[in-house]
Amino acid sequence: MYKVIEKTFLQEIIVRIVVEAPEIARKRKAGQFVTLMIDEKGERIPLTIVDSDSNKGTITLIFQIVGKTTEQLSKLEKGDYIKHILGPLGHPTEIENFGTAAVVGGGVGIGVAYPIAAALKKAGNKVISIIGARTKDILILEEEMKKVSDQLLVSTDDGSYGFCGFTSQVLQNVIDSGEKLNIVYAIGPVPMMRVLANLTKPFGIKTIVSLNPIMVDATGMCGACRVSVGGKTKFGCVDGPEFDGHQVDFALLMSRLRMYCDEERRALQNYRCACDGK
Amino acid sequence: MKRGGPCKIIGVHAMENKEKTVTKEKKEKVPRQAMPEQKPTERIHNFNEVPYGYTKELALAEASRCIQCKKPSCIEGCPVDVAIPAFIKLISEGKFIEAAWKLKETNALPAVCGRVCPQEDQCEKLCILGKKGDPVAVGRLERFAADFERESGDIKIPKPASSTGRKIAIVGAGPAGLTIAGDLVKLGHDVTIFEALHKAGGVLIYGIPEFRLPKAIVDAEVNYLEKLGVKIVLNAAIGRLKTVDDLFKEGFHAVFLGVGAGAPVFMNIPGENLSGIYSANEYLTRSNLMKAYLFPEYDTPIAKGKNVAVIGGGNVAMDSVRTALRLGAENAYIIYRRSEVELPARKEEVHHAHEEGVQFKILHNPVEYIGDENGWVKQIKCIRMELGEPDDSGRRRPIPIKGSEFTIDVDTVVVAIGTEANPVIPRTTPGLETNKWGYIVTKDSTGLTSREGIYAGGDIVTGSATVILAMGAGRQAASAIDAFVKAKN
Repeated sequence: MYKVIEKTFLQEIIVRIVVEAPEIARKRKAGQFVTLMIDEKGERIPLTIVDSDSNKGTITLIFQIVGKTTEQLSKLEKGDYIKHILGPLGHPTEIENFGTAAVVGGGVGIGVAYPIAAALKKAGNKVISIIGARTKDILILEEEMKKVSDQLLVSTDDGSYGFCGFTSQVLQNVIDSGEKLNIVYAIGPVPMMRVLANLTKPFGIKTIVSLNPIMVDATGMCGACRVSVGGKTKFGCVDGPEFDGHQVDFALLMSRLRMYCDEERRALQNYRCACDGK
Repeated sequence: MKRGGPCKIIGVHAMENKEKTVTKEKKEKVPRQAMPEQKPTERIHNFNEVPYGYTKELALAEASRCIQCKKPSCIEGCPVDVAIPAFIKLISEGKFIEAAWKLKETNALPAVCGRVCPQEDQCEKLCILGKKGDPVAVGRLERFAADFERESGDIKIPKPASSTGRKIAIVGAGPAGLTIAGDLVKLGHDVTIFEALHKAGGVLIYGIPEFRLPKAIVDAEVNYLEKLGVKIVLNAAIGRLKTVDDLFKEGFHAVFLGVGAGAPVFMNIPGENLSGIYSANEYLTRSNLMKAYLFPEYDTPIAKGKNVAVIGGGNVAMDSVRTALRLGAENAYIIYRRSEVELPARKEEVHHAHEEGVQFKILHNPVEYIGDENGWVKQIKCIRMELGEPDDSGRRRPIPIKGSEFTIDVDTVVVAIGTEANPVIPRTTPGLETNKWGYIVTKDSTGLTSREGIYAGGDIVTGSATVILAMGAGRQAASAIDAFVKAKN
């Protein structure tokens, strides 16, 4: 059992929770994730560890409410428990001093981008962070990102805040300005990562994406998280979650992510009906 | 529980003889007692266990068949040396609980073994009665005794041995790990099992379906081990949360690796990553561990295909295809590249699958998967095979027949062609020798690895095998570890 220490709605549908998990907190590195199961009837979902405090023995998770499990998770209060948390999983981000690094985060993906930006900054890189959201109200972690970046650029799709447009356009501007980027990290919705990877490819800028395929056990046992990278099948959980963005088959990833659309809708409806009935 | 159902079974008349002093000749006349089971037409609509198990009467009749050999060869066939004639004698005397205790002296999981062991290749194969007729149904009797004890609630917990002060870590709560944990805790050691999943049992929990091994039985056997004093830490992925070397730093004197061969194998043919194509591990884990067959009561979904093809011919393939039927498949196929004779699954499982209406496409092999506009599998392109000369395994090699390709319409596919070693532990344990397939190399039958104090057993050493062989490996490593930690200052 893992105790919820703190819960904050960062925006209407994006939630941050701090959970007691001392061993994971001690061991985790940037880029790694956990899978959690709220109760015995729950499903196992992977969430990136955004931050940790080994002294307090806590880890921080950020998630967007997209379905039944995340909605249920958002209803846990301080002092409630999560039944199972397994981690830290996946390869940590390979952090070194590359020179100049651009870290691009979109939507809830900013939560995943944050620890990477922080680690890159700590390793001595010049960090240019680009964060974006559909609209101002759902933009998260601006202050935190600012603290770990040499430069922070913000965009919103509707122009309600920062640059009006997509993060890819902001990155294009950075490249056009003559900034020499040694590496780009792109974390966010699949279409965004695909566009960013396509953008950097002609410039030969190494681009790492963090993938979020469906997982069950997340220890390499089931293969639900199969992704195709450079024509080879890889497991998101044990071979990833980070891969060379220029090699990833994003179309396959998108279609596999849609595998349970109907069931997900049904589960959410049932859950809401049950909640309303109480 | 489910026992005591209707038993219109041959040999009921034989029960009348059970009280009589039977001579050897008379014993042989009692036929092998069949086990009552759910009708195929009913059971394909539920996940309840297929056989009901013996009634007391059937168990007594079957136990009376054992001729109590002076030099019983059946025991030689048992990887964990169960005292077979002794427990059967107790059953024949009506001492059912005592029979269970006798079993538990050498077998930590009798209710499991009575269900999933391939007895026909082990104890029953060597039974002397089998030479002329049918061997004693050792497995069914084992199951009966273990079930009787569990359902009676009269579970004896042996007195703990005095503590040796030695700490032993077991990695993986599957059959090997559970067996060795039981053995070592009885010897007075302080035993902790580390399990990556959120439930103990390994393949018994995630792999073998409810209709073949009810999960309540696994839970009860795990619970028994905990009562013996075994500590189980769930959600602990060794190699990630902590390494094997961290365990030594935490004060463990020896480590046993029973992590299984958990990584699924695919064929690497075009279209294999289409939606609707599962590894057997994923399909069975969703259904068994996560209870997806009860969706939406449980949150994990699973594709409930109408036309489901399972690739492979082993026990896991049979478990998958029979799960597909129970999830509502109208057509459930086994696609297997050799002939029915070579099917590696237990005969009983193949028989059950036939009874339930599984369609066997033997001498077929998939060469490509074809998807629809949404990336969901809609067809398998198969090629017909013929058998050539025997290969390394001694089985006749399947050879594709040129130009024989054709397609089968499907909406769900389960690839059940085997598993391989998960590399996480070897990668994070310096000096731990593995072979070219990634399995851990052991020096001898004790399971000692290339590292002092680290032992291994089960599928991570042998590659995919059976529950009972993993348990046998756990048993053998137990005595070696016992000697090792006692010798340590």
